[in-house]
Amino acid sequence: MKQVFDRPQSLVDVPFHFCPGCHHGIVHRLVGECIDKYGVREEAIGVASVGCSVFLYDYFDADVFEAPHGRGAAVATGVKRARPENFVFTYQGDGDLAAIGTAEIIHAANRGEPITVIFVNNMVFGMTGGQMAPTTMPGQETTTTPFGRDPKTNGFPMKMAELLAGLEGTTFVARAAVNNIKNLMRAKKMLQRAFEAQINDQGFGFVEFLSACPTNWKMTPKQANERVNNEMIPYFPLGIFKGEAN
Amino acid sequence: MGMIEFRFERCKGCGLCVLACPKELLSVGSVTNRAGYPVAQIDSMEECTGCAICAEMCPDVVITVFK
Amino acid sequence: MGAIEAGCRFYFGYPITPQNDIPEYMSRHLPEVGGTFIQAESEIASINMLLGAAATGARAMTSSSSPGISLKQEGISYLCGSQIPGVIVNMCRSGPGLGGISPSQGDYFQATRGGGHGDYRTIVLAPHSVQEAYGLSMKAFDLADKYRNPVVILGDALLGQMKEPLKKYKYRKKEFKKDWIMTGAKGREKRRLKSLYLADGELTDHNWMLYKKYQRMKREIMFETQFMEDARLVTVAFGSVARILKSAVEMAREKGMKVGLFRPITIYPFPYEALDKISQSVHNFMALELNTGQMIEDVKLAVGHKKNQVDFYGRPPGSIPSPDELFQEVKSVYMKRIG
Repeated sequence: MKQVFDRPQSLVDVPFHFCPGCHHGIVHRLVGECIDKYGVREEAIGVASVGCSVFLYDYFDADVFEAPHGRGAAVATGVKRARPENFVFTYQGDGDLAAIGTAEIIHAANRGEPITVIFVNNMVFGMTGGQMAPTTMPGQETTTTPFGRDPKTNGFPMKMAELLAGLEGTTFVARAAVNNIKNLMRAKKMLQRAFEAQINDQGFGFVEFLSACPTNWKMTPKQANERVNNEMIPYFPLGIFKGEAN
Repeated sequence: MGMIEFRFERCKGCGLCVLACPKELLSVGSVTNRAGYPVAQIDSMEECTGCAICAEMCPDVVITVFK
Repeated sequence: MGAIEAGCRFYFGYPITPQNDIPEYMSRHLPEVGGTFIQAESEIASINMLLGAAATGARAMTSSSSPGISLKQEGISYLCGSQIPGVIVNMCRSGPGLGGISPSQGDYFQATRGGGHGDYRTIVLAPHSVQEAYGLSMKAFDLADKYRNPVVILGDALLGQMKEPLKKYKYRKKEFKKDWIMTGAKGREKRRLKSLYLADGELTDHNWMLYKKYQRMKREIMFETQFMEDARLVTVAFGSVARILKSAVEMAREKGMKVGLFRPITIYPFPYEALDKISQSVHNFMALELNTGQMIEDVKLAVGHKKNQVDFYGRPPGSIPSPDELFQEVKSVYMKRIG
């Protein structure tokens, strides 16, 4: 027998702090697989955001440093301009990227900064206890929408992939999910394409990962996983919005 | 023919592997690890094909697969 | 709760540990009284939403914690420059940067020295219990309207996440003339709200006017003293540290040490004169704070002249001192200075 599945080399061998059933763990592993696949571990510079993914620098065997909440795309711009030969990526949640970081992500994308942005969307502010996020769905109860999100006063969920795909400066923009094996395999390909956009000097790559947050959705991991399929995907369609499939 | 190994100390009993296995060979039992989580287990290793779908779906990289 | 009782009908905020109880409470209870709650896209957006609502005369509030308060500084500077009232709550966490989520008093300078750009000040209230926070929240709105100036309530993670019994009381409504608010110029002369003064000498005059206002704010100085009658060492602390210190001072008194406690409640304006008056008969002071030395500077400004001794116990955040730890520190200073 030979080994057909193992943890990526670039993922540090420590336990993850994420809640049971949280999809961050899966996405972290996919990023590790890509870093291994393209051999960029030594060139990689990661920019960590503020949220449940704040500990990025503990999980990857690469240079990773902290950015203030929401500013990842601007910080990554600074890194890439200073060291264009390095592989620069950010890993941001929906509060970080789509709330406080809206200006930064739009402008980095608009400038076509050749960075790779991994965006994990679980429709809540996770680390701070489950407040409404820009991607919270209408009717969804959160700690700051105790009666359900009302679009009349809180607006509609933001579809970041579509928004960024509309900017001319972007090269590859896609939305993926990791709730079942079929979506996960597609997600891997999308992430690879986003890595390639930078590696082949083409430009800005972005993948949005729809994710479960069992704790703040007040669901079991199984229920949360199903919610991604039954509620999130119909609202946030999977697919490639800019750039060709590989 | 396939075989899987668990790093039980990393398992959080989330059950995503149980959902993922196409032959429904996995379950979350009553054995708990040091962190207090009930851990996943395989009920009949002989039927495992080594497809690795469980390992792919695991958020904690608990499972290694052999074929 | 205090805010809503005092007529606050607008709250704009953003999630950050350890003050999420505030927006979460407001999201549920403000609509009940016909108020508006917005979870804004950032702390910068929320301070600017406050600026907008308050410019129309509404009682508006925002809250955050240290890094988020740093973001709000530009907005607070604008509020002061344009003389627009508002209440800003800071539940301090540890810094600098992302720091940590444990209690800290490391934002004292930021709060009392007008943390943004320009030569401005805000009244800063430092509650040390849930009950006091309730009462000071109501008072904050009155002070903000009275002086047409933002008021900061400085708490910390301990206060922000504690639960204590509360005695509610009715707020006594005060009327404030608001002849400057934006409501639409129908039937009257148009109005402007601005902080930009470019004409020769205009900005100087504007700043002197603001300065005089800040001097008048001294009328609002509040402080609390305990065990002062025969004190030979006066300990000075604010907020949660003062709370812990109360127990430590009691322990010292039980051991026969003549220790007193002085707790500023307004840390801007700081009660310099009250402390100075005490130094006519007491010559040993000790500042205790959860930082590496901020309020001590104000204590020294008040009493740090030749015949007075000002000692210090401070430590960075990361752990909260126990009453016994503070007692040991007070004791060692007492032994050293008084014997």
